[in-house]
Amino acid sequence: MAKNVAEMLPGETAVIAGFSDEQIGLKLLEMGLLPGTAIRFNFSAPFGDPVCVSVSDVDLSLRVEEAATISIIN
Amino acid sequence: MEPGKLKIALTGKPNAGKSSLFNHLTGLNQKIGNFPGVTVDKRIGYCQLDNNTQAEIIDLPGIYSLYPRTLDEKIVTEIFSDQQNNLYPDKVVLIADATNLKNCMLLLTQLIDLKIPTIVALNMMDLAAKSGLSIDVKKLSASLDMPVVMINARKGHGIFELKRVLAEPLTASRKSVFQIGDEIKKVIAVIRDKFQLATDYEAYHFLQQTDNLIFLKPEQRNEIKAIAKEHSFFPHKYQGAETIMRYGFIQELLNKAIVKPSHRDWKRVSHGIDKVLTHKVGGYVIFFAVLFLIFQAIFAWAQIPMDFIDSSFARLSNVLAKELPEGPFFELLSQGIVPGIGGIVIFIPQIAILFAFIAILEESGYMARVVFLMDKIMRKFGLNGKSVVPLMSGWACAIPAIMATRTIDNWKERLITIFVTPFMSCSARLPVFTILVALIVPDIKLIGFVNYQGLVLMGLYLLGFLAAILSAWGMKFLIKTTERSFLIMELPTYRMPRWSNVGFTIIEKTKTFVFEAGRVILAISIILWVLASYGPIDEMNAAKKVVHEQAVQENWSEAEIENQVAAYKLEHSYAGKLGKAIEPLIAPLGFDWKIGIALVTSFAAREVFVGTIATIYSIGSAEDQPTIKLRLRNEINPETGGPRYTPAVGMSLLIFYTFAMQCMSTLAIVKRETKGWKWPLIQLAYMTGLAYVSAFIVFQIMS
Repeated sequence: MAKNVAEMLPGETAVIAGFSDEQIGLKLLEMGLLPGTAIRFNFSAPFGDPVCVSVSDVDLSLRVEEAATISIIN
Repeated sequence: MEPGKLKIALTGKPNAGKSSLFNHLTGLNQKIGNFPGVTVDKRIGYCQLDNNTQAEIIDLPGIYSLYPRTLDEKIVTEIFSDQQNNLYPDKVVLIADATNLKNCMLLLTQLIDLKIPTIVALNMMDLAAKSGLSIDVKKLSASLDMPVVMINARKGHGIFELKRVLAEPLTASRKSVFQIGDEIKKVIAVIRDKFQLATDYEAYHFLQQTDNLIFLKPEQRNEIKAIAKEHSFFPHKYQGAETIMRYGFIQELLNKAIVKPSHRDWKRVSHGIDKVLTHKVGGYVIFFAVLFLIFQAIFAWAQIPMDFIDSSFARLSNVLAKELPEGPFFELLSQGIVPGIGGIVIFIPQIAILFAFIAILEESGYMARVVFLMDKIMRKFGLNGKSVVPLMSGWACAIPAIMATRTIDNWKERLITIFVTPFMSCSARLPVFTILVALIVPDIKLIGFVNYQGLVLMGLYLLGFLAAILSAWGMKFLIKTTERSFLIMELPTYRMPRWSNVGFTIIEKTKTFVFEAGRVILAISIILWVLASYGPIDEMNAAKKVVHEQAVQENWSEAEIENQVAAYKLEHSYAGKLGKAIEPLIAPLGFDWKIGIALVTSFAAREVFVGTIATIYSIGSAEDQPTIKLRLRNEINPETGGPRYTPAVGMSLLIFYTFAMQCMSTLAIVKRETKGWKWPLIQLAYMTGLAYVSAFIVFQIMS
């Protein structure tokens, strides 16, 4: 099974491989999360959800369920 | 293009500095309204570009691309893809955040393909410099085939140059970014021909998001869908590929134009602040401290100007009553209209203070962290991370709180927040609570220091809060929406708020409240005043005679006679008749017609209950709390021979006021924020219904 962003640990970096949800995927593409871009997991909120990631110098917050739709390679 | 009629739209992603630029361009010369059909702020202002060109500037909601998900974003798509729209701009200024150019460019490439004449305003050059980023602006401008102007929207640098460029003739960029695939060229041509569209890309949007373009008539939409089906065009199939193609162009562009990339280090301070503000424990402690500060400000600090407004209008009303000649018109003016306007103005301090805080939270970037912290908890109840601020503000006053829900993008979550906020026990309930609690709860202490009265009061606040949360949870399942809830949101870099933007927000929100909700409030308060001061003529005229006859027997003083006349008049007014008429309805809650009258008049605002009770029991001043308490305690229920205000009746009243809407100003603002009477009426019915049923249960159990 490919790993996804929800499974990353704080400080971990990876490369975006693809999206499993079409609607969320389109939205993420628009925000600059293209397949092949590096993504860094910064930290998660106190209850583990949402999470904060960085993609090309932009800090984004995502819900865990949204982060889980981003598959990664590292 | 006629001179002086230039329409300019400001667009760009959220937090790129649009509002700052808009405020710099237009100053106080701005009008705030709603876009047709939706409650999304429309800000239009005017700007003299040069000696003979005046421009109308419109500030559009922040977006990343022309594919919208929220109501705010739909508006932008509609304006840009409909040349018949009267907001369709002659020129567009795209505000780009220089520290994050990549994310700002997607929308720009779409505007290029729509062939809309566009200028790039490269904002936050100071931060870009700090981050070590260096951009070849000339190359950028040449590659885009459009003017690029460097600005600092916070300080107002570069505005002069931007105005100069805007006043000059401008043609659309000749670039074409998105190459339409061969297999859909034919269907695009059909649509373009049919609707006489200027560009292929417009036709492509007609096909891609037929249902989002509200300006199309239903039959036109069906036609487009039929054509799409005939040519096997499936909407959304091409969107991903389109975005990737656009980013390909952007990357190539940036490779040329960016001389030196930024180092990640410059955000170190911001990341450091995040470590503290989103900390497991510290983050919440700080957030609740901020909430408490806001609450304290609108609850306590606003009281000083509010008392001043209250007494000024009361004085004005008295002076007018004394100075003006007698007659129904002058009475209406001095006792109906003037206090009615006072009832609107009194909200201004709370609105101003709350929006000052909200503007600071938004401007500094902290609001995004609030959402980050609260999203998980609030989502369980169908609410949004941003719902916390309105809900908490509701403890002071529902009016500014409901206005503050505009920060919530998701319509369903916004609606639920609006719906449940009035359950939070506002400061207007406090006078009613304190007098009734003091009446029915003994002033003794539990285990030495816990005051029973305080405990009951706290219980009432908790009850209101539970009603809000549980109603929100219930509504989550009842309201159906196609709009999916996303969180995907940028966490902007922390910045000092710009104080002039805070000022603009305060002015804007106050104006909106006074001129839009104010009308409804004034109308209802005049109706209520007429109901409470007029009745059948012969009954009203008899007041003095009846009371004077009694006065001779009972040996009343002048003041007592005056109070008795007022009580008699209220009892025989239309409001009095209404109170008596609803007695059978409220008898199961333990209320008599006197309480009925107070319920009718306090529909204007809850605290009116105390004043009406004072009048109806002919006490005179509502300020004299001990007298009111004593009078209520001695009131006898003729049916039982015992006291009228038994603990059961008092508790039933308390529960009723905890849940009931009883605030016309809230209804007026909900009407404005939901665009119509549907939601305020549902809310009124639901809250009053819940109040009635709960009060009924409490009274029946306790008595």
